[in-house]
Amino acid sequence: MSLLEVFRSKQKKNEHNSAAIARERLQIIVTHERAGNNTPDYIPSMKQDILEVVRKYVSVSEEHVSITFESQKDVSILELNVTLPENCSVGAP
Amino acid sequence: MAKIIVVTSGKGGVGKTTTSAALSTGLAMQGYRTVVVDFDIGLRNLDLVLGCERRVVYDFINVINGEAALHQALIKDKHTDNLFILPASQTRDKDALTPEGVAEVLEALSREFDYIICDSPAGIERGALMALYHADEAIITTNPEVSSVRDSDRILGILHSKSKRAELNLEPIREHLLLTRYDPARVVRGDMLSVEDVSDILAIPLLGVIPEDPAVLKASNQGTPVIHLADSDAGSAYDDAVRRLLGQDCPMRFLNTPRKGLFQRLFGGQS
Ligand SMILES: Nc1ncnc2c1ncn2[C@@H]1O[C@H](COP(=O)(O)OP(=O)(O)OP(=O)(O)O)[C@@H](O)[C@H]1O
Ligand SMILES: [Mg+2]
Repeated sequence: MSLLEVFRSKQKKNEHNSAAIARERLQIIVTHERAGNNTPDYIPSMKQDILEVVRKYVSVSEEHVSITFESQKDVSILELNVTLPENCSVGAP
Repeated sequence: MAKIIVVTSGKGGVGKTTTSAALSTGLAMQGYRTVVVDFDIGLRNLDLVLGCERRVVYDFINVINGEAALHQALIKDKHTDNLFILPASQTRDKDALTPEGVAEVLEALSREFDYIICDSPAGIERGALMALYHADEAIITTNPEVSSVRDSDRILGILHSKSKRAELNLEPIREHLLLTRYDPARVVRGDMLSVEDVSDILAIPLLGVIPEDPAVLKASNQGTPVIHLADSDAGSAYDDAVRRLLGQDCPMRFLNTPRKGLFQRLFGGQS
Protein backbone atom coordinates (compact mmCIF):
# COMPACT_ATOMS: atom_id res chain seq x y z
CA MET A 1 0.00 0.00 0.00
CA SER A 2 1.42 3.37 -0.91
CA LEU A 3 1.50 6.21 1.58
CA LEU A 4 -1.21 7.97 -0.37
CA GLU A 5 -3.46 4.96 -0.05
CA VAL A 6 -2.96 4.87 3.70
CA PHE A 7 -4.21 8.45 3.86
CA ARG A 8 -7.11 7.71 1.54
CA SER A 9 -8.31 4.66 3.42
CA LYS A 10 -8.17 6.62 6.63
CA GLN A 11 -10.23 9.39 5.11
CA LYS A 12 -12.82 6.96 3.85
CA LYS A 13 -13.21 5.45 7.28
CA ASN A 14 -13.87 8.89 8.66
CA GLU A 15 -16.88 9.34 6.43
CA HIS A 16 -18.56 6.43 8.15
CA ASN A 17 -17.49 7.20 11.66
CA SER A 18 -19.91 7.00 14.53
CA ALA A 19 -19.83 10.74 15.26
CA ALA A 20 -21.16 11.42 11.77
CA ILE A 21 -23.98 8.96 12.36
CA ALA A 22 -24.73 10.59 15.70
CA ARG A 23 -24.89 14.01 14.05
CA GLU A 24 -27.29 12.80 11.40
CA ARG A 25 -29.59 11.07 13.85
CA LEU A 26 -29.63 14.12 16.10
CA GLN A 27 -30.43 16.50 13.27
CA ILE A 28 -33.44 14.41 12.32
CA ILE A 29 -34.82 13.82 15.81
CA VAL A 30 -34.26 17.39 16.97
CA THR A 31 -35.99 18.86 13.93
CA HIS A 32 -38.87 16.46 14.42
CA GLU A 33 -39.22 17.21 18.12
CA ARG A 34 -39.03 20.95 17.63
CA ALA A 35 -41.94 20.75 15.19
CA GLY A 36 -44.00 18.69 17.60
CA ASN A 37 -43.11 20.67 20.68
CA ASN A 38 -46.16 22.90 20.92
CA THR A 39 -48.60 20.41 19.45
CA PRO A 40 -51.58 20.12 21.79
CA ASP A 41 -52.10 16.74 23.49
CA TYR A 42 -55.51 16.17 21.88
CA ILE A 43 -54.14 15.97 18.32
CA PRO A 44 -53.63 12.15 18.16
CA SER A 45 -57.14 11.35 19.39
CA MET A 46 -58.66 14.05 17.20
CA LYS A 47 -56.88 12.46 14.28
CA GLN A 48 -58.52 9.12 15.09
CA ASP A 49 -61.98 10.75 15.25
CA ILE A 50 -61.51 12.52 11.95
CA LEU A 51 -60.31 9.32 10.37
CA GLU A 52 -63.49 7.56 11.47
CA VAL A 53 -65.70 10.27 10.04
CA VAL A 54 -63.88 10.21 6.71
CA ARG A 55 -64.12 6.43 6.62
CA LYS A 56 -67.89 6.62 6.77
CA TYR A 57 -67.72 7.92 3.21
CA VAL A 58 -64.48 6.74 1.65
CA SER A 59 -62.08 4.06 2.61
CA VAL A 60 -58.79 5.66 3.52
CA SER A 61 -55.99 4.36 5.63
CA GLU A 62 -54.17 6.15 8.39
CA GLU A 63 -51.26 7.28 6.27
CA HIS A 64 -53.62 9.14 3.95
CA VAL A 65 -54.58 11.55 6.68
CA SER A 66 -52.01 13.99 7.93
CA ILE A 67 -52.51 16.58 10.58
CA THR A 68 -49.99 19.30 11.24
CA PHE A 69 -50.11 21.92 13.89
CA GLU A 70 -48.05 25.05 13.64
CA SER A 71 -48.09 27.97 15.96
CA GLN A 72 -46.42 31.31 15.76
CA LYS A 73 -46.75 34.27 18.03
CA ASP A 74 -50.44 35.11 17.61
CA VAL A 75 -51.78 32.45 15.23
CA SER A 76 -51.99 28.71 15.30
CA ILE A 77 -52.71 26.78 12.14
CA LEU A 78 -54.24 23.34 12.18
CA GLU A 79 -53.85 21.73 8.80
CA LEU A 80 -55.79 18.62 7.88
CA ASN A 81 -54.82 16.81 4.74
CA VAL A 82 -56.74 13.82 3.42
CA THR A 83 -55.44 12.17 0.29
CA LEU A 84 -58.39 10.47 -1.36
CA PRO A 85 -57.65 7.19 -3.09
CA GLU A 86 -57.72 7.27 -6.90
CA ASN A 87 -61.02 6.57 -8.70
CA CYS A 88 -63.18 7.20 -5.69
CA SER A 89 -66.32 8.92 -6.81
CA VAL A 90 -67.32 11.65 -4.42
CA GLY A 91 -70.67 11.04 -2.76
CA ALA A 92 -70.64 7.28 -3.11
CA PRO A 93 -70.51 5.57 0.28
CA MET B 1 -30.69 43.83 41.06
CA ALA B 2 -28.87 40.57 40.61
CA LYS B 3 -28.50 38.72 37.36
CA ILE B 4 -30.03 35.24 37.70
CA ILE B 5 -28.23 32.47 35.81
CA VAL B 6 -29.53 28.90 35.67
CA VAL B 7 -27.17 26.00 34.99
CA THR B 8 -29.37 23.38 33.37
CA SER B 9 -29.24 20.38 31.01
CA GLY B 10 -32.20 18.03 31.12
CA LYS B 11 -29.92 15.02 31.26
CA GLY B 12 -28.35 13.99 34.56
CA GLY B 13 -24.69 13.74 35.38
CA VAL B 14 -23.41 16.01 32.62
CA GLY B 15 -21.62 18.45 34.94
CA LYS B 16 -24.17 21.02 36.13
CA THR B 17 -23.04 21.01 39.75
CA THR B 18 -19.35 21.05 38.76
CA THR B 19 -20.14 24.00 36.49
CA SER B 20 -22.26 25.88 39.06
CA ALA B 21 -19.46 25.59 41.62
CA ALA B 22 -16.77 26.67 39.16
CA LEU B 23 -18.64 29.60 37.62
CA SER B 24 -19.91 31.00 40.91
CA THR B 25 -16.40 30.79 42.35
CA GLY B 26 -15.00 32.44 39.23
CA LEU B 27 -17.49 35.31 39.37
CA ALA B 28 -16.76 35.83 43.07
CA MET B 29 -13.01 35.86 42.36
CA GLN B 30 -13.66 38.63 39.83
CA GLY B 31 -15.14 40.65 42.68
CA TYR B 32 -18.86 40.11 42.13
CA ARG B 33 -21.03 39.31 45.12
CA THR B 34 -22.28 35.86 44.15
CA VAL B 35 -24.63 33.31 45.66
CA VAL B 36 -25.06 29.80 44.32
CA VAL B 37 -28.39 28.11 45.06
CA ASP B 38 -28.82 24.32 45.04
CA PHE B 39 -32.23 23.42 43.57
CA ASP B 40 -31.57 19.68 43.71
CA ILE B 41 -33.97 18.97 46.57
CA GLY B 42 -33.39 15.58 48.17
CA LEU B 43 -30.00 15.11 46.52
CA ARG B 44 -27.85 17.85 47.96
CA ASN B 45 -24.42 17.81 46.26
CA LEU B 46 -23.26 21.35 45.74
CA ASP B 47 -22.15 21.64 49.38
CA LEU B 48 -19.80 18.69 48.86
CA VAL B 49 -18.31 20.07 45.66
CA LEU B 50 -17.69 23.39 47.40
CA GLY B 51 -16.41 21.70 50.55
CA CYS B 52 -18.87 23.27 53.00
CA GLU B 53 -21.01 20.21 53.78
CA ARG B 54 -20.22 20.27 57.49
CA ARG B 55 -21.34 23.85 57.87
CA VAL B 56 -24.89 23.33 56.61
CA VAL B 57 -27.38 24.15 59.37
CA TYR B 58 -30.44 25.45 57.59
CA ASP B 59 -31.39 25.07 53.94
CA PHE B 60 -33.49 26.51 51.11
CA ILE B 61 -36.70 24.74 52.26
CA ASN B 62 -36.24 25.92 55.86
CA VAL B 63 -36.16 29.47 54.55
CA ILE B 64 -39.24 28.95 52.36
CA ASN B 65 -41.13 27.43 55.31
CA GLY B 66 -40.12 30.32 57.56
CA GLU B 67 -38.13 28.04 59.88
CA ALA B 68 -34.97 30.05 59.35
CA ALA B 69 -34.07 33.49 58.14
CA LEU B 70 -32.27 33.75 54.81
CA HIS B 71 -29.05 35.04 56.41
CA GLN B 72 -29.03 32.04 58.77
CA ALA B 73 -29.16 29.58 55.89
CA LEU B 74 -26.58 31.30 53.68
CA ILE B 75 -23.08 29.84 54.07
CA LYS B 76 -20.12 32.09 53.48
CA ASP B 77 -17.47 30.28 51.49
CA LYS B 78 -14.19 29.97 53.38
CA HIS B 79 -11.90 29.91 50.36
CA THR B 80 -13.44 32.59 48.19
CA ASP B 81 -14.46 36.08 49.24
CA ASN B 82 -17.84 37.31 47.94
CA LEU B 83 -19.18 33.76 47.57
CA PHE B 84 -22.21 32.41 49.43
CA ILE B 85 -24.05 29.10 49.18
CA LEU B 86 -27.71 28.36 49.77
CA PRO B 87 -27.83 24.59 50.23
CA ALA B 88 -30.66 22.32 49.13
CA SER B 89 -32.68 20.40 51.63
CA GLN B 90 -32.43 16.66 52.08
CA THR B 91 -36.21 16.39 52.42
CA ARG B 92 -37.91 13.96 50.12
CA ASP B 93 -40.94 16.21 49.73
CA LYS B 94 -40.25 18.00 46.44
CA ASP B 95 -43.49 19.98 46.70
CA ALA B 96 -41.83 21.94 49.49
CA LEU B 97 -40.28 24.04 46.74
CA THR B 98 -43.26 26.33 46.11
CA PRO B 99 -43.32 28.90 43.30
CA GLU B 100 -44.13 31.68 45.78
CA GLY B 101 -41.37 30.57 48.14
CA VAL B 102 -38.77 30.43 45.39
CA ALA B 103 -39.83 33.84 44.07
CA GLU B 104 -39.54 35.40 47.52
CA VAL B 105 -36.12 33.95 48.25
CA LEU B 106 -34.72 34.95 44.86
CA GLU B 107 -36.12 38.43 45.27
CA ALA B 108 -34.46 38.80 48.65
CA LEU B 109 -31.14 37.48 47.30
CA SER B 110 -31.47 39.77 44.32
CA ARG B 111 -31.25 42.81 46.57
CA GLU B 112 -27.93 41.74 48.07
CA PHE B 113 -26.02 40.02 45.29
CA ASP B 114 -24.70 40.74 41.79
CA TYR B 115 -25.10 37.18 40.56
CA ILE B 116 -27.41 34.34 41.56
CA ILE B 117 -26.36 30.98 40.09
CA CYS B 118 -29.09 28.32 40.18
CA ASP B 119 -27.83 24.72 40.08
CA SER B 120 -30.70 22.80 38.47
CA PRO B 121 -31.53 19.18 39.15
CA ALA B 122 -31.70 16.82 36.16
CA GLY B 123 -34.99 16.18 34.39
CA ILE B 124 -37.82 18.47 33.39
CA GLU B 125 -39.88 18.16 36.57
CA ARG B 126 -40.75 20.65 39.26
CA GLY B 127 -37.23 21.27 40.59
CA ALA B 128 -35.79 21.92 37.13
CA LEU B 129 -38.73 24.19 36.21
CA MET B 130 -38.32 26.17 39.44
CA ALA B 131 -34.59 26.58 38.84
CA LEU B 132 -35.06 28.01 35.35
CA TYR B 133 -38.27 30.00 35.85
CA HIS B 134 -36.68 33.27 37.03
CA ALA B 135 -33.55 33.09 34.89
CA ASP B 136 -32.12 36.02 32.95
CA GLU B 137 -29.47 33.79 31.41
CA ALA B 138 -29.15 30.03 30.99
CA ILE B 139 -26.07 27.88 30.73
CA ILE B 140 -27.02 24.78 28.77
CA THR B 141 -24.55 22.21 30.03
CA THR B 142 -24.13 19.55 27.37
CA ASN B 143 -21.90 16.53 26.78
CA PRO B 144 -20.89 15.62 23.22
CA GLU B 145 -23.24 12.67 23.19
CA VAL B 146 -26.63 12.07 21.52
CA SER B 147 -28.94 11.87 24.52
CA SER B 148 -27.39 14.89 26.20
CA VAL B 149 -27.74 17.03 23.06
CA ARG B 150 -31.34 15.96 22.57
CA ASP B 151 -32.20 16.74 26.19
CA SER B 152 -30.51 20.12 25.91
CA ASP B 153 -32.74 20.90 22.95
CA ARG B 154 -35.80 20.00 25.00
CA ILE B 155 -34.65 22.26 27.81
CA LEU B 156 -34.28 25.09 25.28
CA GLY B 157 -37.90 24.49 24.28
CA ILE B 158 -38.93 24.74 27.92
CA LEU B 159 -36.97 27.97 28.41
CA HIS B 160 -38.87 29.36 25.41
CA SER B 161 -42.28 28.38 26.75
CA LYS B 162 -42.30 27.95 30.52
CA SER B 163 -39.92 30.55 31.92
CA LYS B 164 -41.09 33.79 33.46
CA ARG B 165 -39.59 35.78 30.61
CA ALA B 166 -41.52 33.63 28.10
CA GLU B 167 -44.77 33.79 30.04
CA LEU B 168 -44.66 37.56 30.49
CA ASN B 169 -43.44 38.15 26.93
CA LEU B 170 -40.28 39.86 28.16
CA GLU B 171 -36.94 39.85 26.41
CA PRO B 172 -35.99 36.16 26.05
CA ILE B 173 -33.49 34.42 28.31
CA ARG B 174 -29.92 34.75 27.06
CA GLU B 175 -28.75 31.23 26.27
CA HIS B 176 -25.21 29.90 26.35
CA LEU B 177 -23.90 26.52 25.31
CA LEU B 178 -21.29 25.01 27.61
CA LEU B 179 -19.87 21.81 26.18
CA THR B 180 -18.33 19.73 28.94
CA ARG B 181 -16.32 16.48 29.16
CA TYR B 182 -14.96 17.15 25.68
CA ASP B 183 -12.25 14.82 24.42
CA PRO B 184 -10.51 16.24 21.31
CA ALA B 185 -8.65 12.97 20.65
CA ARG B 186 -11.92 11.09 20.30
CA VAL B 187 -13.34 13.84 18.09
CA VAL B 188 -10.35 13.48 15.77
CA ARG B 189 -10.88 9.74 15.66
CA GLY B 190 -14.48 10.34 14.67
CA ASP B 191 -16.15 8.75 17.63
CA MET B 192 -17.27 11.85 19.46
CA LEU B 193 -19.46 14.72 18.26
CA SER B 194 -17.38 17.83 17.65
CA VAL B 195 -17.99 21.26 19.13
CA GLU B 196 -19.17 22.40 15.66
CA ASP B 197 -21.63 19.50 15.44
CA VAL B 198 -23.20 20.33 18.79
CA SER B 199 -23.35 24.07 18.29
CA ASP B 200 -24.83 23.59 14.81
CA ILE B 201 -27.61 21.40 16.16
CA LEU B 202 -28.46 23.47 19.23
CA ALA B 203 -27.89 26.78 17.43
CA ILE B 204 -27.04 28.87 20.48
CA PRO B 205 -23.85 30.85 21.19
CA LEU B 206 -20.94 28.89 22.62
CA LEU B 207 -19.76 30.00 26.06
CA GLY B 208 -17.00 27.47 26.39
CA VAL B 209 -15.65 23.97 26.03
CA ILE B 210 -14.53 22.15 29.17
CA PRO B 211 -12.26 19.19 28.43
CA GLU B 212 -12.60 15.81 30.08
CA ASP B 213 -10.06 16.14 32.88
CA PRO B 214 -9.13 13.95 35.88
CA ALA B 215 -8.61 17.19 37.81
CA VAL B 216 -12.42 17.48 38.14
CA LEU B 217 -12.60 14.32 40.23
CA LYS B 218 -9.55 15.34 42.22
CA ALA B 219 -11.14 18.71 42.95
CA SER B 220 -14.44 17.22 44.05
CA ASN B 221 -12.64 14.69 46.25
CA GLN B 222 -11.09 17.62 48.08
CA GLY B 223 -14.17 19.81 48.12
CA THR B 224 -12.48 22.53 46.07
CA PRO B 225 -14.13 23.87 42.91
CA VAL B 226 -11.91 22.89 39.97
CA ILE B 227 -11.45 26.52 38.95
CA HIS B 228 -9.12 26.82 41.97
CA LEU B 229 -6.82 24.23 40.37
CA ALA B 230 -5.48 26.95 38.15
CA ASP B 231 -3.01 24.85 36.20
CA SER B 232 -5.56 22.18 35.29
CA ASP B 233 -7.13 22.22 31.82
CA ALA B 234 -10.71 22.11 33.14
CA GLY B 235 -9.97 24.85 35.68
CA SER B 236 -8.48 27.14 33.02
CA ALA B 237 -11.37 26.42 30.66
CA TYR B 238 -13.88 27.39 33.37
CA ASP B 239 -11.86 30.53 34.05
CA ASP B 240 -12.11 31.46 30.36
CA ALA B 241 -15.86 30.77 30.42
CA VAL B 242 -16.30 33.19 33.34
CA ARG B 243 -14.45 35.89 31.41
CA ARG B 244 -16.66 35.34 28.36
CA LEU B 245 -19.75 35.47 30.55
CA LEU B 246 -18.53 38.89 31.69
CA GLY B 247 -18.21 39.98 28.08
CA GLN B 248 -14.45 39.60 27.61
CA ASP B 249 -13.11 38.29 24.35
CA CYS B 250 -11.23 35.11 25.03
CA PRO B 251 -10.23 32.56 22.39
CA MET B 252 -11.34 28.93 22.84
CA ARG B 253 -8.69 26.57 24.16
CA PHE B 254 -8.38 22.80 24.57
CA LEU B 255 -10.15 22.09 21.28
CA ASN B 256 -7.22 20.23 19.77
CA THR B 257 -5.02 17.35 20.76
CA PRO B 258 -1.31 18.03 20.98
CA ARG B 259 0.16 17.61 17.50
CA LYS B 260 1.28 14.10 16.72
CA GLY B 261 4.34 13.14 14.69
CA LEU B 262 3.96 11.74 11.19
CA PHE B 263 4.61 8.21 12.35
CA GLN B 264 1.86 8.37 14.93
CA ARG B 265 -0.55 9.94 12.49
CA LEU B 266 -0.04 7.11 10.06
CA PHE B 267 0.09 4.10 12.28
CA GLY B 268 -0.90 5.08 15.81
CA GLY B 269 -3.86 6.80 17.29
CA GLN B 270 -6.49 4.36 16.07
CA SER B 271 -6.71 2.25 19.19
N1 LIG C 1 -14.85 18.05 32.64
C1 LIG C 1 -14.98 16.89 33.37
N2 LIG C 1 -13.99 15.97 33.33
C2 LIG C 1 -14.11 14.83 34.04
N3 LIG C 1 -15.15 14.53 34.83
C3 LIG C 1 -16.16 15.41 34.93
C4 LIG C 1 -16.13 16.64 34.19
N4 LIG C 1 -17.27 17.32 34.47
C5 LIG C 1 -17.96 16.56 35.34
N5 LIG C 1 -17.32 15.41 35.63
C6 LIG C 1 -17.75 14.32 36.53
O1 LIG C 1 -19.04 13.91 36.15
C7 LIG C 1 -19.82 13.57 37.27
C8 LIG C 1 -21.13 14.34 37.27
O2 LIG C 1 -20.86 15.72 37.44
P1 LIG C 1 -21.91 16.68 38.17
O3 LIG C 1 -22.30 16.14 39.50
O4 LIG C 1 -21.35 18.06 38.11
O5 LIG C 1 -23.13 16.53 37.16
P2 LIG C 1 -24.63 17.05 37.34
O6 LIG C 1 -25.09 17.44 35.99
O7 LIG C 1 -24.70 18.08 38.41
O8 LIG C 1 -25.35 15.72 37.84
P3 LIG C 1 -26.89 15.62 38.37
O9 LIG C 1 -27.74 15.66 37.16
O10 LIG C 1 -26.92 14.31 39.09
O11 LIG C 1 -27.11 16.79 39.28
C9 LIG C 1 -18.98 13.85 38.50
O12 LIG C 1 -18.41 12.66 38.95
C10 LIG C 1 -17.90 14.79 37.97
O13 LIG C 1 -16.70 14.63 38.70
MG1 LIG D 1 -25.98 18.22 40.15
